[in-house]
Amino acid sequence: MKIRLDNVIKTFDTFRAVHGVSLEVESGELIALLGPSGSGKTTILRMVAGLEYADGGHIYFGDQDATDIPVRDRGVGFVFQHYALFPHMTVAENIGFGMSVSKVKREKAAIAERVNQLLKLVRLEGLGDRFPAQISGGQRQRVALARALAVDPKVLLLDEPFGALDANVRHDLRRWLREIHQELGITTIFVTHDQEEALDLADRVVILKEGQIVQQGTPQEVCREPKDAFVLKFLGDANRLAGEVSGGIARAGGAEIAAGGASDGPAEIYARPRDLDWSAEGPGVSATVSRVLDRPGERRVIATAVTGEPLELDVDPEREIAAGDTGFVTFRRAKVFAL
Amino acid sequence: MRRNILPGLRLSLGITLFYVGLIVVLPLAALVVKAASLGPAEYWLIVSSSRALASYRVTALSALVATVFNLFFGLALAWVLTRYRFPGRRIVDAMVDLPFALPTAVAGISLTALFSSNGWFGSLLSEAGIKVAYTPIGIMIAMCFTSLPFIVRTVQPVLEDLDPALEEAAQSLGGSDWTIFRKVILPLLTPALLAGLSLSFARSLGEFGAIIFIAGNQPMSTEITALLIFIRLEEYDYQAAAAIASVLLLTAFAMLAVTNWLQARALRYTLKG
Amino acid sequence: MAHTASRKPPRVGDSPIFRRSLIGVVLILGALLIVAPLLVIGHEAFKQGWKVYIDTLSHPDTRHAIMLTVITALIAVPVNTAFGVAAAWAITKFDFRGKRLLLVVIEIPFSVSPIVAGVAYLFVYGLQGLFGPWLDDHDIKILFALPGIILASMFVTAPFVARELIPLMQAQGRDLEEAATSLGASGWRTFFSVTIPNVKWALLYGVVLCNARVMGEFGAVSVVSGNIRGQTNTLPLHIELLYHDYQAAGAFASASILALLAVFTIIAKVALERRGAGRRKTLSDAAAPTGP
Repeated sequence: MKIRLDNVIKTFDTFRAVHGVSLEVESGELIALLGPSGSGKTTILRMVAGLEYADGGHIYFGDQDATDIPVRDRGVGFVFQHYALFPHMTVAENIGFGMSVSKVKREKAAIAERVNQLLKLVRLEGLGDRFPAQISGGQRQRVALARALAVDPKVLLLDEPFGALDANVRHDLRRWLREIHQELGITTIFVTHDQEEALDLADRVVILKEGQIVQQGTPQEVCREPKDAFVLKFLGDANRLAGEVSGGIARAGGAEIAAGGASDGPAEIYARPRDLDWSAEGPGVSATVSRVLDRPGERRVIATAVTGEPLELDVDPEREIAAGDTGFVTFRRAKVFAL
Repeated sequence: MRRNILPGLRLSLGITLFYVGLIVVLPLAALVVKAASLGPAEYWLIVSSSRALASYRVTALSALVATVFNLFFGLALAWVLTRYRFPGRRIVDAMVDLPFALPTAVAGISLTALFSSNGWFGSLLSEAGIKVAYTPIGIMIAMCFTSLPFIVRTVQPVLEDLDPALEEAAQSLGGSDWTIFRKVILPLLTPALLAGLSLSFARSLGEFGAIIFIAGNQPMSTEITALLIFIRLEEYDYQAAAAIASVLLLTAFAMLAVTNWLQARALRYTLKG
Repeated sequence: MAHTASRKPPRVGDSPIFRRSLIGVVLILGALLIVAPLLVIGHEAFKQGWKVYIDTLSHPDTRHAIMLTVITALIAVPVNTAFGVAAAWAITKFDFRGKRLLLVVIEIPFSVSPIVAGVAYLFVYGLQGLFGPWLDDHDIKILFALPGIILASMFVTAPFVARELIPLMQAQGRDLEEAATSLGASGWRTFFSVTIPNVKWALLYGVVLCNARVMGEFGAVSVVSGNIRGQTNTLPLHIELLYHDYQAAGAFASASILALLAVFTIIAKVALERRGAGRRKTLSDAAAPTGP
């Protein structure tokens, strides 16, 4: 099912949570809504579900205007941040709930069979009789997903699906969710504030800030061509240097960098730690090493530029370098944004 | 068990045990000892006398009716107070405590004034041929009044704390309002409802002041058990008073035990596996 | 399509017809069952005019009953408060065997009929009771006198302060007190400057409720008081006496004082709840062990 948001607006009391968001999600696509807290990403997801009503604009499911269809008739599968499993029902009863309350009556045996299929799909065979309090967080997450899938939703919506889990469980579940999506091909939108999760999992990432879409595109597009400093910083660690652009060249602390399309005048230069290197001779930003941190596979060098700006760069683990060394920070790659 | 860091265990626990022992346990134990000193045959004769049996019947039946009424009315009140916003909600919320704060004797005479045949309600009802004061209906109304706050006040906090996401989840799975209430909300309220029902029923069984004014107090028909105990005392029949009082006491204990058991059963699902 | 500002999707039971009818039913039943009894007290008290009202309240028997009620409250309430605080401290700050049982025993007076409580006291301090003969030999009068009234009132209201404090102190844990002790504060100092300030509204709330029940207690007191006019009649007993003497206006005039006390109690309760007291879950929640 194709989903289309057309200039959707939502205001809570006097606070405008979503300002005119327009978005198209292709049938079968897996989309991440990525943004910091307060960016309106959960509100958008809840409006698609019908758990909030839009104050302006329209939401289309296929060709149908779904803006005012109540949640129970909208046919969405929603996975809540803290799962919202019914504590007094077993795992099997939770998964079967949607089928047993449906207007389309089903035989008990048919429901039980479908529940078993879903338990198998989410790899929880044999846990059907447990209560939610008796299983682990990762298992609860999978029950919540199975329960949402049980009603054959037109679209699957997940609110911070891995937010409440340990890092290692999160990693496994992420790969597994991707596999399920591949198998079922269901249009899926999930909300996250974790850029790594969004980039790992989604076909397309929609980056939000203060209720508006800043940029959308494939993980490659948003990583390689961030539209502005906010997107660049939000997607990962970055160093910032103040500089000056003239004639297509940005200059900062003795370094010269291709300015891309940035117009002449004061500018900000951003570079990720991997995109910087250390050398004894220039040309580059002259700097003094203040600390060296060792990590598996790399050394991170923390240096102070002559301009006083702190810089972090990743070098090979074998590289001989120590606090107090002076030298130059060189640029492999950088992004320049005119101020 | 970890070591105690804070001081005052001996003092505070000492005071607590002494006070509970002197004020609560000692008198109740004395009552039980007195009743037990009767001997089984005599005890049985007293507690199964036809007048006592009639008093159990009217007390238990009225308490049952009042509790069932309060189950519905109390749940509706708790629901309205937590889920809806309307003018005067705070006043209604405060008024729920009136039956608890109003002395029972005051409640007794004012309910009697309302429902006697020349009272505000009694005159209307007697035109319709319904007599309330000095009948079992009067007993039920007095019990409804005094035990109302218990169900409201046990259910209300649970209803307030109910995770809205559970309801949203049930809605997103296609449940109708009635289905969601029946299958999701009501089961989650059950432990609190049981606690409220038990308190309400126990309170009704033991109520005295609010009832004796409106009940008529005719032996075999409108004489509640608490009043029968009081009458035996006035007749200086202390053994009979002790025996019948012990029946009320044991009933209260049995109710506590049954409620605890039911609540534990209703909360089984929260236990870790 | 025009959208109205910030609509919320309906929750369960939000359909206007259901909502309005339920509010309507609750308001009507509430008015009949709760408000009417309060109004009728005022109506009956002033039925025969101000003079009868004033005369009743200034009659020596009424004044004596009021005094006896106040004295009872002045003794029973502070004692129950001290007990409640001690019990809450013991139960929430320490782990010991039998804690659950202790909580159950503290709550017993809630489930026991006040008449049963009165009879039980008879079998401790009465002539037929455990200590009765000894007390009689030494000419100490407990039953059918003020001490009996106070003891019976204490039984009926024993759990009030404890049940307000325990859930709150349980929720607040032991960290603050442990921190204060580790900084060298004495036990009493910790108690008065750390514990009490954090629970003062709940404590006051328990005291107010306890006071209302002590002043209004009828069943237990009517067993142990002996109902001697002008000597052992508390206000509720005095109301019964007037009522059965066919002095309805007098009975309602006396009742109006206690009704005012009830209204004051409710107002105090609302005010204290705004400051965070009250409306917590049941006592048994406090029995769960805390900490590692």
